[in-house]
Amino acid sequence: MSQQAGSYYVPHGSRWPIVAAVGLFIFMWGAAHWLDGITPEGPLLLAAGAAILVFMFFGWFGEVARESLKGLYSAQVDLSFRMGMMWFIFSEVMFFGAFFGALFYSRGLQVPWLAGEGHGALTNLYLFRDYTGGWPTNGPDAIGGPFQIVPPWGEPLVNTLILLSSSVTITIAHHALRDGNRRRMLPWLVATPILGMLFVFLQAREYMDAYTHLNLTLHSGIYGATFFILTGFHGLHVTLGSIMLWVIAYRAWRGHFSKDHHFAFEAVAWYWHFVDIVWLCLFLFVYIM
Amino acid sequence: MSTHAATHDDAHHDDAPKGFVHRWLFATNHKDIGTMYLVFALVMFFVGGSMAMVIRAELFEPGLQLVQPYFFNELTTLHGLVMIFGAIMPALVGLANWQIPLMIGAPDMALPRMNNLSFWLLPFAFLLMLSTLFLPGGAVAGGWVMYPPLVLQSGESLAFTIFAIHLMGISSIMGSINIIATILNLRAPGVDLLKMPLFVWSWLITAFLLIAIMPVLAGAVTMLLTDKYFGTNFFNAAGGGDVLLYEHIFWFFGHPEVYVMILPAFGVISEVIPTFARKPLFGYKPMVYAIASIAFLSFIVWAHHMFTVGLPVGAQLFFMYATMLIAVPTGVKVFNWVATMWKGSITFETPMLFAVSFVILFTIGGFSGLMLGLVPADYQYHNSYFVVAHFHYVLVTGAAFGIMTGVYYWLPKWTGHMYSEKLGKWHFWLSVISVNVLFFPQHFLGLAGMPRRIPDYNVAFADWNMVSSIGGFVFGATQLLFVANIIYTVYFAKARAPARVWEGARGLEWELPSPPPHHSYSTPPEIRPGMLAHEDAH
Repeated sequence: MSQQAGSYYVPHGSRWPIVAAVGLFIFMWGAAHWLDGITPEGPLLLAAGAAILVFMFFGWFGEVARESLKGLYSAQVDLSFRMGMMWFIFSEVMFFGAFFGALFYSRGLQVPWLAGEGHGALTNLYLFRDYTGGWPTNGPDAIGGPFQIVPPWGEPLVNTLILLSSSVTITIAHHALRDGNRRRMLPWLVATPILGMLFVFLQAREYMDAYTHLNLTLHSGIYGATFFILTGFHGLHVTLGSIMLWVIAYRAWRGHFSKDHHFAFEAVAWYWHFVDIVWLCLFLFVYIM
Repeated sequence: MSTHAATHDDAHHDDAPKGFVHRWLFATNHKDIGTMYLVFALVMFFVGGSMAMVIRAELFEPGLQLVQPYFFNELTTLHGLVMIFGAIMPALVGLANWQIPLMIGAPDMALPRMNNLSFWLLPFAFLLMLSTLFLPGGAVAGGWVMYPPLVLQSGESLAFTIFAIHLMGISSIMGSINIIATILNLRAPGVDLLKMPLFVWSWLITAFLLIAIMPVLAGAVTMLLTDKYFGTNFFNAAGGGDVLLYEHIFWFFGHPEVYVMILPAFGVISEVIPTFARKPLFGYKPMVYAIASIAFLSFIVWAHHMFTVGLPVGAQLFFMYATMLIAVPTGVKVFNWVATMWKGSITFETPMLFAVSFVILFTIGGFSGLMLGLVPADYQYHNSYFVVAHFHYVLVTGAAFGIMTGVYYWLPKWTGHMYSEKLGKWHFWLSVISVNVLFFPQHFLGLAGMPRRIPDYNVAFADWNMVSSIGGFVFGATQLLFVANIIYTVYFAKARAPARVWEGARGLEWELPSPPPHHSYSTPPEIRPGMLAHEDAH
């Protein structure tokens, strides 16, 4: 039943939000038990929570997709969805902003202060007399032992090119969709998450290399912390983005999207571009500089 | 019903869904969700309040009487977290849920299912957080700000608390996204941005603040988590990290957060004062610009919470001057509230009493904030009871009084019944007297040098602590009158409330019957002259 023109649309009640809340609770309850080693069931609870969340995503998004196909969503609803996605991405920008802020503060202020610059002279004199700072660093106590950094012009450069080209492929797919050309859209759309997964694979190899050959670990002082947390959270987002892209590819293959009605496609594309831009910042500020 | 029933994909949902599960667990109605937020906030207000009662009881006399010092620290920590994230913020979101769609002519919130998830994450988050009281080692006890390295010495509770904060953050972000989408996308034609009620404006800006800061808090506590459990060195100087890094990131969240708690209260006050002064709000546009300026400035003042940590002098000066600047737009707001009342035909129903006391008492809290914002003065006041007095004036007589103002003001609209004016006046007068007995002496204690977050103190502080505790007990007990009044209004009141509950009230919500139909509008309401409070605002 499509709605009358000019009237408001309000969705009916849904069981999925409460399932999501319960799932997230069990997930985090399990995670906390696991971290603290309180009960051996921690990982089990975590897995159960994750399973509920996966089930919830299938259920909730499936319901929304079906409602969308029924033509229930007006232009106004579509705009609400768009605003929701845009502000969600803004919140993600702020999340990464916290870790980039930590990186800039560490490099620009705290490490020089520990090395005796500015008003850090006394700290250096009394506590860390031999520490000269510089970047990369694992601090005055050289926590984690001597390490080397990942050279930027090898795998990270390849990864940059992979992500950049994945942004191109999704854009080509989007243009094809807007032209109503399904046959041109599908291969480019499928290529995008493949490139994303290739990125994650190379990133994982880079991590293994860092741990086994470079002695660069999560424990390598402030450099190791910022390096792994920033790239790790980014990798997590690429993984999630790839899953989202597979879902979109499946839905495109099923013919869910039309020329002028494909919010889900665009939302995932925005997300993908966002992940791409974060990587460019990472490549510049973490690897090159 | 047909004129008020929103379009559904199935037609029989015009009225509230039947059955507990469908109505509350699967809720998508902004009124039901708003009610749940408000009830949850009230419960948490009493949970956090009973912690405060134990704190004040312990501080009634010098020496250790009731609780162990560690448990005392757990109480101060949880009292802060519960009141901020469990009471004040959910109550304000509850007001937003109820009022924003009514005030802008929308059928509901823009994303009703996400609205449900935003609410239902909160009880689980607090279950996670409060359960740590029963863990071996007890709850987190390093203060609500959770500074490392102290908080990293917590026992098993830290992971639980951090995950609880993550859940609260997700809830706040989704709630805020919903509010922004509703305000920007669902206004009825004719409700232009600069004709919106100030409560709606205050929430639009607050929601933006929340989306900008909650992820930063999530980042900060995630670094705590990795430092404790995964061996990172963000906050360890030996590894090139810095404990101050945490304070910087935390207060980048924390300072806008205090405006998150006060701006919607500003919005409520800006609705209530014109109604009972029977005059349009003085200076509508400057009020909007003042909120926006406060929000902007709130991002560049965070280090005034850290003047004593050893910042470079240039940084201290910058953050001091930026802090002083906030007094300007805040002064505009206070001036405009007073100017609205000037020569008005004022009546003092309970909401107006709370609103007037808000203006006075919040201003006292603002002035003590200015004192704390001055670097040389702050060196004296830092970490003393003066700080406690300051933020309780802005949070209790500011934010909480603002919320109570809003509840008394709109409760007849929500329930269709008048609350008991007599009980309301008792609640107000007992509250406003006891709250000053409770918090004003804490200024003296702080200036005399009593540090905050301690269970025992020098006998020199004994008298004022006893006075403060007596005020605290009276204030705590008085809040039972608030609950009694709400229960009375919802279940027992006979007097029906008219559509326009207050003679001087203007705005779309007063055009609907009291209580409004389950779905307020099915089509955008037609805006006629006189319906909006600020239609010729200048």
